Amino acid sequence: MAETNLCAVLSCRALTKTHFELCLDAPAIANAAVPGQFVHIACGHSHLLRRPISICETKDGFLRLVFEIRGEGTEWLSRRKAGDVLDVLGPLGKGVFPLFPEDPRPVLLVGGGVGVPPLLSVARARPAHVVLGYRNEAAMILYRDFLASSDTVMIATDDGSVGTHGTVADPVSRLLEQNDYCAVLACGPKPMLRAVADLAKGKNIPCFVSMEERMGCGVGACLVCVCKTKHGDHEHNSRVCMDGPVFSADQVVWE
Amino acid sequence: MLSVNLAGVTLKNPVMTASGTYGFGREYNEFYDLGELGAINVKGLTLQPRLGNVPPRIAETPLGILNSVGLQNPGVDKFIEEEIPFLRQFDTKIIANISGSTMEDYLAITQKMDSADVDLLELNISCPNVKAGGMAFGTCPATVESLVSAVRKETKKPLIVKLSPNVTDITEIARAAEAGGADILSLINTLLGMRIDIRTRRPILHNNMGGMSGPAVFPIAVRMVYQVSRAVNLPIIGMGGISTWRDAVEMMMAGANAIAVGTALFRDPMAPIQVRDGIEEFCREQGVSNVSEIVGTVRPY
Ligand SMILES: Cc1cc2nc3c(=O)[nH]c(=O)nc-3n(C[C@H](O)[C@H](O)[C@H](O)COP(=O)(O)OP(=O)(O)OC[C@H]3O[C@@H](n4cnc5c(N)ncnc54)[C@H](O)[C@@H]3O)c2cc1C
Ligand SMILES: Cc1cc2nc3c(=O)[nH]c(=O)nc-3n(C[C@H](O)[C@H](O)[C@H](O)COP(=O)(O)O)c2cc1C
Ligand code: FES
Repeated sequence: MAETNLCAVLSCRALTKTHFELCLDAPAIANAAVPGQFVHIACGHSHLLRRPISICETKDGFLRLVFEIRGEGTEWLSRRKAGDVLDVLGPLGKGVFPLFPEDPRPVLLVGGGVGVPPLLSVARARPAHVVLGYRNEAAMILYRDFLASSDTVMIATDDGSVGTHGTVADPVSRLLEQNDYCAVLACGPKPMLRAVADLAKGKNIPCFVSMEERMGCGVGACLVCVCKTKHGDHEHNSRVCMDGPVFSADQVVWE
Repeated sequence: MLSVNLAGVTLKNPVMTASGTYGFGREYNEFYDLGELGAINVKGLTLQPRLGNVPPRIAETPLGILNSVGLQNPGVDKFIEEEIPFLRQFDTKIIANISGSTMEDYLAITQKMDSADVDLLELNISCPNVKAGGMAFGTCPATVESLVSAVRKETKKPLIVKLSPNVTDITEIARAAEAGGADILSLINTLLGMRIDIRTRRPILHNNMGGMSGPAVFPIAVRMVYQVSRAVNLPIIGMGGISTWRDAVEMMMAGANAIAVGTALFRDPMAPIQVRDGIEEFCREQGVSNVSEIVGTVRPY
């Protein structure tokens, strides 16, 4: 039976001015989680809705989450201290990143902003090349972690302070030209996902994207978190929390 | 101690789920056996499948939410084929919540449901999230009476009419539903609301407006249940913001014979179970032999 978990905070530290890393003692979640899943966290009594945060990494019963302060809920989360207890629902999501265990070719991981964290567990699990997009040098979360697990990590920044000046599109197309990938896995803002999906399609490489939508229940019952998908010739509103968050890019109806 | 009777149907306890917050029960059955609850009220059904509205479909409000799902559902045929057999495995009552955008829709879906294996029908005339129909049917007493009496003729199943709070005088609508032949009233559906992102100057919901629910609406729901229970002679299913057993007891004292838990599930999937256990504990503590004894027992000044 599924359940909510009361998890002790092991540490909560700032990675940048606005990005935080939270480590939780959550064996039930950590042992069950696979790359691409998320947890739904209650953020104090004054916020009714839980906040969805991707699982960045799991290790020995610990859960590592990396998030940015966007509003009141994530701000509350950023003020947690070691020893605090959080009410966490998860791991959630049946649409996850495929890992192609039999395929020796690398996958190409493409992350943008707070879409970067969930890709780390893929990079740890199999050969991967990585393209990370950030606003600027100060926002480069998890860069070192990716360097430790992949020999190809390219950066694009909006202001050109590091790596390619502009979007991830340039480095992604360059890498797609130079290498043979089994798939492209991406998480980030919708325009980035769409551009990456187009590039992968141009090369006939399977592409999987992790979608983001505002959520209610987080478990598939309320239908507020939908993403339009196509199945043959009919369209359907799939649930990001349950059918996703990761979808095959050629099923997504971009709008 | 907890069993209640609604228009001839016996529920093992007065706790049910609110339509649209529980899907068809499959997801929450991962948390507890659906047979723990008095009844399962399923996602609002329409004759044809509906895709629903464009997201975002949810916005947070102070201790509440707005939703604008727009009745996304697989259509009544698929419900009958795939969901009823699933739900029937559990020892609980099934309530089918039905909607239409025309009188003909309502009659056609009622005919289909009349021969389906569900225990009660709930006529949703109060959905604020669809352009045609829904709430438009539920805000004018004459329309309510004629719709309810037309639907009444199409079914022998106990008929619940779900009322909209978006009216000046809910007792008028309640009396119209009673006159039309409703067996039970349920209230409240969501209150029309709106939120705006001040940076983008855009509404949070793509539908611009949406239905408000959750703890913030609880006092309004209590007031309306209280008023309606004094205006009609029908059993009432009370809902709107119930998140604890205390809320449930309060709602029953206001006049509800049974209660539904909706938005509270988003915070705590176990909420209906905790509400049920708390009601039982309260009855024991108060020396109440059946929970129905507390219904309508508020002593107003
Ligand atoms: C599957 C999934 C995984 C995510 N993983 C991460 C992650 O690893 N790191 C990270 O920093 N962020 C992540 N996000 C985004 C994160 O959920 C939002 O930034 C957060 O909910 C904002 O809450 P708030 O209270 O700070 O903002 P507010 O604007 O105050 O929130 C109000 C409401 O809107 C919702 N909301 C606002 N923005 C978003 C958004 N972008 N996506 C979904 N809901 C939103 C909130 O959950 C809340 O219900 C993820 C989102 C999803 C759907
Ligand atoms: C996401 C969501 C979807 C809903 N869908 C329906 C529906 O399909 N039919 C209906 O009659 N009411 C629907 N409602 C209204 C609820 O059944 C209930 O009347 C209302 O939310 C108040 O109760 P609560 O505060 O406990 O949620 C919906 C509410 C929510 C939050
Ligand atoms: S958040 Fe309820 S279905 Fe996805």
